[in-house]
Amino acid sequence: MIHGRALIATCLLGFSLSVGQAAAQTLRIGLAEDPDTLDPTLSRSFVSGVVRTALCDKLFDIGLELEIVPQLATAWEWTDDQKGLVIKLRSGVKFHDGEPFDAAAVKYNIDRHLTMPGSTRRNDIKGITGVEVIDDHTAKLVLSSPLSPLLALLASPAGTMVSPKAAQAAGENFGSRPICAGPFKFVERVAQDRIVVERFAEYWDRDKIGLDRIIYLPIPDNTVRLANLQSGGLDMIQQVAPTDLDNVRKDRRLQIAAINGIGYSGITINVGNGEHSKSPLGRDARVRQALELSIDREALNQVVFNGEYQPGNQWVSPGNPYYAKELPIPARDIGRAKALLAAAGATNPVVSLMATNNPVVLQTAQVIQAMAKDAGFDIRIQAAEFASALQLASKGDFEAFLLGWTGRVDPDGNIYNLVTCNSPFNAGHYCNPEVDRELDAAREVEPRADRLAHYRVVAQHILRDLPIIYLYHAKWLYAYTARLSGFIPYPDGLIRPQGLRLE
Amino acid sequence: MTTFLLRRLALVVPTLFFVSVLVFGLQQLLPGDAAVALAGEERDPAVIAFLRQKYHLEEPLPVRYLLWAKGVLSGDLGESIRIKRSVRDLVLEKLPVTAELAALAIVIALSIGLPMGILAAVKNNTTVDYAATMSALWGRSIPNFWLGIILILLFSVQWRLLPASGFVSPAESLPRNLATLIMPAFVLGNGIAAVLMRHSRSAMLEVLSADYVRTARAKGLSETRVVLHHALRNALLPVITLGALEFGELLSGAVVTEQVFTIPGFGKLIVDAVFNRDYAVVQGVVLCTALAFILLNLLADLAYALVNPRLRR
Repeated sequence: MIHGRALIATCLLGFSLSVGQAAAQTLRIGLAEDPDTLDPTLSRSFVSGVVRTALCDKLFDIGLELEIVPQLATAWEWTDDQKGLVIKLRSGVKFHDGEPFDAAAVKYNIDRHLTMPGSTRRNDIKGITGVEVIDDHTAKLVLSSPLSPLLALLASPAGTMVSPKAAQAAGENFGSRPICAGPFKFVERVAQDRIVVERFAEYWDRDKIGLDRIIYLPIPDNTVRLANLQSGGLDMIQQVAPTDLDNVRKDRRLQIAAINGIGYSGITINVGNGEHSKSPLGRDARVRQALELSIDREALNQVVFNGEYQPGNQWVSPGNPYYAKELPIPARDIGRAKALLAAAGATNPVVSLMATNNPVVLQTAQVIQAMAKDAGFDIRIQAAEFASALQLASKGDFEAFLLGWTGRVDPDGNIYNLVTCNSPFNAGHYCNPEVDRELDAAREVEPRADRLAHYRVVAQHILRDLPIIYLYHAKWLYAYTARLSGFIPYPDGLIRPQGLRLE
Repeated sequence: MTTFLLRRLALVVPTLFFVSVLVFGLQQLLPGDAAVALAGEERDPAVIAFLRQKYHLEEPLPVRYLLWAKGVLSGDLGESIRIKRSVRDLVLEKLPVTAELAALAIVIALSIGLPMGILAAVKNNTTVDYAATMSALWGRSIPNFWLGIILILLFSVQWRLLPASGFVSPAESLPRNLATLIMPAFVLGNGIAAVLMRHSRSAMLEVLSADYVRTARAKGLSETRVVLHHALRNALLPVITLGALEFGELLSGAVVTEQVFTIPGFGKLIVDAVFNRDYAVVQGVVLCTALAFILLNLLADLAYALVNPRLRR
């Protein structure tokens, strides 16, 4: 019997050794989702951007403080009327197919984002009316009106540069074999299984690249993703569940990295989209204020997220330079909440709260339900699968919707399209011309202090009208093997391969 | 026999037609709009309009069905809206994975379930029988996702003997391929073994009390020969049917198990496709699994004839 067991153990060990051993400097990253297309013009998912960060460089990138830093650009200058951005380009850069990166490539890429059918980038940069090629290494973006978030947009997928020759040849199939100018080149993709990239020897910043290969493996289940890391099947995982962090901390073979994200989670309220907006919650801001006052955001964070996330009450987190510090998170105040409900003539309002049927989202909804009950709210949770919830929201078939936004580098990306009148993403149909005016004005000025002044006014309106009750800002949580060095988490959640090395 | 075979084959086409119409119709009952689900976080109206037009989402249902059916007849199963690949390629890529997992699961199920069933019948009403029945009950009642996670935690995290999830093609490395599949195949096989055990036990009990078995014993044949040679052949009939049905079910994708072990097979493909309203993928996968199911049933009938000569006439 003992011999039998020993034999089985030896066989299994033989298997596992061959499984566990990966080639030197091959990093295996567990992704929380399977990316959609890798084409930067057509891609719609955040996780596709994680893979693209290894494949494709952008004109600009962000620093740890969300400042804009050049990547394929080297310098930039606004024209006097703020309607033109002159960009100096890095010389000696090559795409993976050997084609040179130059101003003509910039023009091709911006035109492609603007004109390709189905482009998800067009809306971001539709203020660009044209690109002028000044010389091989200088391009000028011409704008219809000043657009201060433009640099941040060019540090996002809209600034991604692909090889014009390869993109023209592949057409809409470009995403199945993307060719860019990033530190790694595409090797293969097995749908729902893995994406493999390998080091590009002619990368312009090759000294910073220590890895030979990266294999991305989508493993949506948090427990299984973590188990893979713990068993040595992966070297790094993204989006660790906050409740798993204690478990990871106890494991000496693993390390954790965390950084505040740029997104938010909140309750979007239907204040003007059809019949469902005619509830007390939709009609009367006092009822929404009462709901906000009934919620203890820190307690919510402790209960659902082990205290790892950051409570918040605005579209950017309290640490963000564009956060209006004069309007801090209100403390829970059941007395005031009850008084507001009484004043609104709705002492026990029934509220239907739509939540996607994800365990963490539903738990958040349940905590809100329990807290709001103390003020007199009768919250009924309406669980819906994600695609159905989106459709219900766009049709106005909801009263309140617990929804997150992954976040954009520039604060404009977290607010403009979500609250301006007639914006297609404004599911609750909130409309306040004053807010629209201030948000437009914030787009047209460049200095941070000037923009903040406009955002302060917007915050005053939004926190009084409460079309969205902002609740918390998630952190990007990573766990990885102690053998990995040089990992720096960034607020946009992307995994930059520069500096990474496996011992 | 030939007439039987031809009659069964003639049924394939109308069955597939019925299945495809049913699945096409059912998918339309799903709430949620494919274009909205796929348009990303911004849900740009221009993108939504583009997706609707490109994938004919605005057309009336019969028109869309006809467009799809026309494609199928020319070998084109359509394109995945989400990952922009042809459904035929996806099916061809995933089918071997799921088929291998299903085959391995059935092998495990047979090698556990059948001997246990025979033993339980032969040792009827003894401790062996009770123990076998109890373990079958355990095998059937244990949820796959729970057993899967427990195996991962023990064999991968605790003892680091097997990879926690994923798939390696046998062409790349057979040992690694088996290492990735052994746990999911055991999880699937475990549940099926329980059913096979119960059925083979009751079939064996029935056969063992038949006249011809008594005659065989009276002729002085050894008990092993009576059981394995005379009784088992007849007792196998229900086991074959069941095995074929279970195998067919596994081919349609072991949804939960493939999710837990991140096996890129049909189960994972179809779940992701349903959540993303990737209609063409759902339709293509269902069509292929329906075809596999029908053919497996046919094979089971043919196997009947092999085991039981009376059916050959």
